Amino acid sequence: MRYHHFEGQEAGQIYDWQLIKRLSRYLSPYKYYFISALALLFLGSLLGLVGPYLTKVAIDTYIQQQNISGLNFIALLFIGVILLELAVRYGQIQIMQYTGQRVMQDLRAGLFSHLQRMTPKFYDKQSVGGVMSRLIGDIEVLNEMVTSGVVSMLGDLFMLLGIMGVLLWLNYKLALVVFSVLPLIFYAAQVFRKKVRESFRQIRARMAKINAFLQENLGGMTIVQAFCRQQKNLEQFKKINGDYLDSYLKTVFYYALFFPAIEITTALAMALIIWYGGGQVLQGALTFGVLVAFIEYTQRFFRPINDLSEKYNILQSAMAAAERVFNLLDTDPDISSPDKTQELEQFSKTIEFKQVWFAYSGDEHVLADISFSISKGESVALVGLTGAGKTSIISLLARFYEPSRGQIMIDGYDVRQLNLKQWRSKISLVSQEPFLFSGDILSNIRLGREDISPACVEQAAREVNAHQFISQLPKGYYEPIQERGANLSAGQRQLITFARALVFDPQLLILDEATSSVDSQTEALIQDALEKLLRGRTSIVIAHRLSTIQRANKIIVLDKGKIVEQGSHQELLTRQGIYYWLHQLQFKD
Amino acid sequence: MLAYRRRIIIGLVFLLLTNITSLIAPLILKYAIDSLRGSVDPALLLKYAAAILGVTVIQGIFRYYMRWILIGTSRRIEYDFRNNIFAHLQTLSRSYFIKAKTGDIMSRLTNDLNAVRMVLGPGIMHLVSTLILFITAGGLMFYLNWKLALLALIPLPLLSLIIRFLTQRLYNYSEAVQAQLARMSAFAQENLSGIRIIQAFVRERAQVEQFKQQNQEYLKRNMRLAHIWGFFLPLMMFTSGLGLVIVIWLGGRQVISGEISLGDFVAFSSYLALLTFPMMALGWVVNLFQRGAAAMGRINKILDTEPGISDNAQTLSAVEFSSLKPFKGEIEFRHLSFSYNGPDSQVLSGINLQLEAGSSLGIVGPVGAGKSTLVNLIPRIFDPPAGQLFIDGVDIKSIPLDELRKMIGYVPQDGFLFSETIGENITHGLERRDMQKIQEAAAISQLTREVEGFPQGYDTLVGERGVTLSGGQRQRLSLARALAIKPLILILDDSFSNIDVYTEGEIIQRLTPFIKSRTCLIVSHRISTVQWTDHIIVLDEGKIAEAGTHRELIDQAGIYAKLYRRQLMLEKLEQVK
Ligand SMILES: Nc1ncnc2c1ncn2[C@@H]1O[C@H](COP(=O)(O)OP(=O)(O)OP(=O)(O)O)[C@@H](O)[C@H]1O
Ligand SMILES: Nc1ncnc2c1ncn2[C@@H]1O[C@H](COP(=O)(O)OP(=O)(O)OP(=O)(O)O)[C@@H](O)[C@H]1O
Ligand SMILES: [Mg+2]
Repeated sequence: MRYHHFEGQEAGQIYDWQLIKRLSRYLSPYKYYFISALALLFLGSLLGLVGPYLTKVAIDTYIQQQNISGLNFIALLFIGVILLELAVRYGQIQIMQYTGQRVMQDLRAGLFSHLQRMTPKFYDKQSVGGVMSRLIGDIEVLNEMVTSGVVSMLGDLFMLLGIMGVLLWLNYKLALVVFSVLPLIFYAAQVFRKKVRESFRQIRARMAKINAFLQENLGGMTIVQAFCRQQKNLEQFKKINGDYLDSYLKTVFYYALFFPAIEITTALAMALIIWYGGGQVLQGALTFGVLVAFIEYTQRFFRPINDLSEKYNILQSAMAAAERVFNLLDTDPDISSPDKTQELEQFSKTIEFKQVWFAYSGDEHVLADISFSISKGESVALVGLTGAGKTSIISLLARFYEPSRGQIMIDGYDVRQLNLKQWRSKISLVSQEPFLFSGDILSNIRLGREDISPACVEQAAREVNAHQFISQLPKGYYEPIQERGANLSAGQRQLITFARALVFDPQLLILDEATSSVDSQTEALIQDALEKLLRGRTSIVIAHRLSTIQRANKIIVLDKGKIVEQGSHQELLTRQGIYYWLHQLQFKD
Repeated sequence: MLAYRRRIIIGLVFLLLTNITSLIAPLILKYAIDSLRGSVDPALLLKYAAAILGVTVIQGIFRYYMRWILIGTSRRIEYDFRNNIFAHLQTLSRSYFIKAKTGDIMSRLTNDLNAVRMVLGPGIMHLVSTLILFITAGGLMFYLNWKLALLALIPLPLLSLIIRFLTQRLYNYSEAVQAQLARMSAFAQENLSGIRIIQAFVRERAQVEQFKQQNQEYLKRNMRLAHIWGFFLPLMMFTSGLGLVIVIWLGGRQVISGEISLGDFVAFSSYLALLTFPMMALGWVVNLFQRGAAAMGRINKILDTEPGISDNAQTLSAVEFSSLKPFKGEIEFRHLSFSYNGPDSQVLSGINLQLEAGSSLGIVGPVGAGKSTLVNLIPRIFDPPAGQLFIDGVDIKSIPLDELRKMIGYVPQDGFLFSETIGENITHGLERRDMQKIQEAAAISQLTREVEGFPQGYDTLVGERGVTLSGGQRQRLSLARALAIKPLILILDDSFSNIDVYTEGEIIQRLTPFIKSRTCLIVSHRISTVQWTDHIIVLDEGKIAEAGTHRELIDQAGIYAKLYRRQLMLEKLEQVK
């Protein structure tokens, strides 16, 4: 299985500071939370320093002076301090968690809304699993960054700066000796960042492949099993899973190197102090006390650096994930409402295709020079051999795609000027592939629109002759439906999507092979009902069973993307063209 | 698994070495400082400095191997584990996949598995290294002064009580978080798969609202979990702090009363401070383990699902089976009944039908009559009851599953395509890609002209589920896939519904010689698709209502005749008008 297109675009061109800036934009609504969490973090660290001091006081002043009541007092004070520290740290973690979770929530909801605006053109090239990987997995990685407290890195940074100041104050020469190893650390971090970031990008992209593979194979497991492909597909899975493993092992390798590298650099600094500082002491240029203090502070100096490098890994992974999330957010939906839209309250006159050309990609035109018009109240049929371009025409009309040339006019306005959602809400589409959501029958028919009453739903179900089978189900309209309607027969699924189209009370009804999986008896019943329903409405019907469309006012015959005939049933029959010939074929006996 | 155990043990040895060497450098440092008190040879200083560096380099090497082996192994285990779960999923039957949600399973194979991996790698690593630190520091403390050491341990029982109390919660809440993540993932999966419908009916906003609710619930559960584990870390620090206070308070008195020397006391309290950090790490590890355990439970739900349909004791052995070969393809339904949910709701009942090898059967009937159910039983997509369905007189349940399915070319009603090339889709059931077979199958399915018109021909990639093809093209591709394996038995479940009559006629014309030596079952709503078959049945509400040849059924003047006339009559009507 190949997951093409979008994954390939990953250039990772977004720089870190841009990423951070964008992430912090999501943080800004919660800045007070964030600031108070930082303040608590700071306070927590301070309280952490009080402990050793109290110990010192206890030993030096009370124990040595045998002051028991003082000792009691210090013990009480100490308990107070650690209790306070407990509370402060707990509070800090909670606030930080909350902030982080909110940021992730906003990011995820933002991405989800963005995905709702992406067009079929985008989804044609995407694997659902790959997109899910960004929405769920990548944001989860960011979440991990939050929960693991990378944010407290800021605290570490503060501490670093503080200690640097102290070192300089104690003895600037020696301090410079210590700092001389810093370029090494920066260099190591830089190399590590580059290598590891690249691997993390790979990891995230390969995780997306795993997701895409799973999504597809779980959906098509019946085919896999029916064609005994398990072994082969398992091999494929092992391959992409193995790729994922490989890129992870790379980060494990780099990280396994990086951490000791930092440690060794730290040791180098210590060695320098001993050697150089010790020499100074021997020469009397430095007091012994200062040297000891210096060593202690240097140890403190490197502890946050170790800490930081521990979290650096998580940070890199999160950055790689953030890149992917933002890349997707930055992909513009190629179809949207213009800034100034033409409002169209009612569709009242005509739909007109004016010399429309269309290609899904490049210049392989699947529709060429299509012109026709439909007046309000008319019923128009599209007929043609398979692959002629019928579905493509209605996709253009519903503005799922844009024509490459020509115009589609609605009541005299170019469809591109209309408010996209307003226009679509005038249309009900029964698409060729019935799609049901998990839930129950009721929610599938009204698609979660609570303003449509169950009575209306039932009415629509009766119209399409679905009520009968629905009422036989144990829970009737509340019968649970599994993913994609897998527990219904294909015809039943189709009837439900048909009922869905009716219940939305459209001005324009589009039926794309809406009764292809339905027996002719049921179809005839639906036809009768439709005749009443369609009065005053406009409809476009695609069907291969010509019996379905004979009542249309106008029949448009397509062949290889071009209109070859149009007219009424009788006109086309008398003309003895393709339509006549298809008709003869179907009703020969 | 054994190989992994060895690797992990080696990794743990390196971990031990790393921890031991990490004690040496501070020791050298201490000596160096001590030596500076007196006067010392600068050359010795250099030696100390070199020793510190050298020891750290050795420690670094150990640490490198420790990480590489332990973390690397956890990744390898994850890899194997994921393969195994997937392999297991492949054995599960359709009934499982109908109930389970795709996004949910995906979440288990990624998010839950990751939580388990965290235990195996960083979890074990940190647990063991904290334990080592505990033991060394604790041992030293007891060595220095066992009375003080005991005092320092006072808060421990209390701590273990609290941990005991909280871990169950940690487990439950983690489980709830993982479950919600899976639910969100399933929601997203369905939404993205059905995005065209959502956009067509302008339901985007409602979907976003629903997603936000899921998301909100996820946040809530995460916070509930954070209330607990967020308490752990500070609690651990608190406990070690408490130990210190007790030591200062009670130990201080003993110093005052002269039972303990001041020097011991000072040294002791500095060791105690060393414990703070590992205590915190321990809190983190406990959390990790609980989360991992919860995730493991969720993965086990998949692994514990028995494959509903598989070979078992009644299945013929390979030898027995090959003695029966070659199969001719005679199919017999003997009083077959079937239900999806318990015996009260029978979808098929009392089906008696004998189909000679090489003959063709047409199946018609209203929506939901049970046509698909009937044909799905033959490749055992759903399992028929034993002793009711036979091929060449052999109960299909005793035929090895793979062998059975290899005999059958199955074109399901919704022809699922993979996002591979057209050629790969056609050869899905073949050992390897074979251009000639592709072309043969494509020719019968009337795909040749269109596919060769595509710029990349058979190498054209199709989108997921075939979205970049027209409906009729999808159906024909799904047909070609079944034809390519040249099956003994061919099942076409309403495979022409999106194909125009002309193309259908062309296909049937080419199909007729192809199926001459094959048994063929064709489900359709169009009389034209089945009227040429040897035998036709009309299914109604799970029973065979009529059976016979096209002519016989017309003469019977029953349902079939009515259907037939309806398909013609409509036309007659029009002509009268
Ligand atoms: N999303 C897509 N991306 C690329 N090509 C497409 C896409 N959808 C359809 N096509 C191609 O456009 C052509 C016309 O397809 P369309 O679905 O419009 O045909 P149709 O007349 O509806 O056929 P059918 O009767 O089989 O449903 C076909 O050759 C098809 O392969
Ligand atoms: N997995 C399932 N679980 C429960 N009930 C099911 C399941 N699949 C199908 N059914 C029910 O069994 C009955 C027969 O379904 P089946 O798919 O066999 O019908 P069909 O004759 O093929 O119909 P169609 O013409 O619509 O394809 C229907 O009432 C359907 O709702
Ligand atoms: Mg069916």
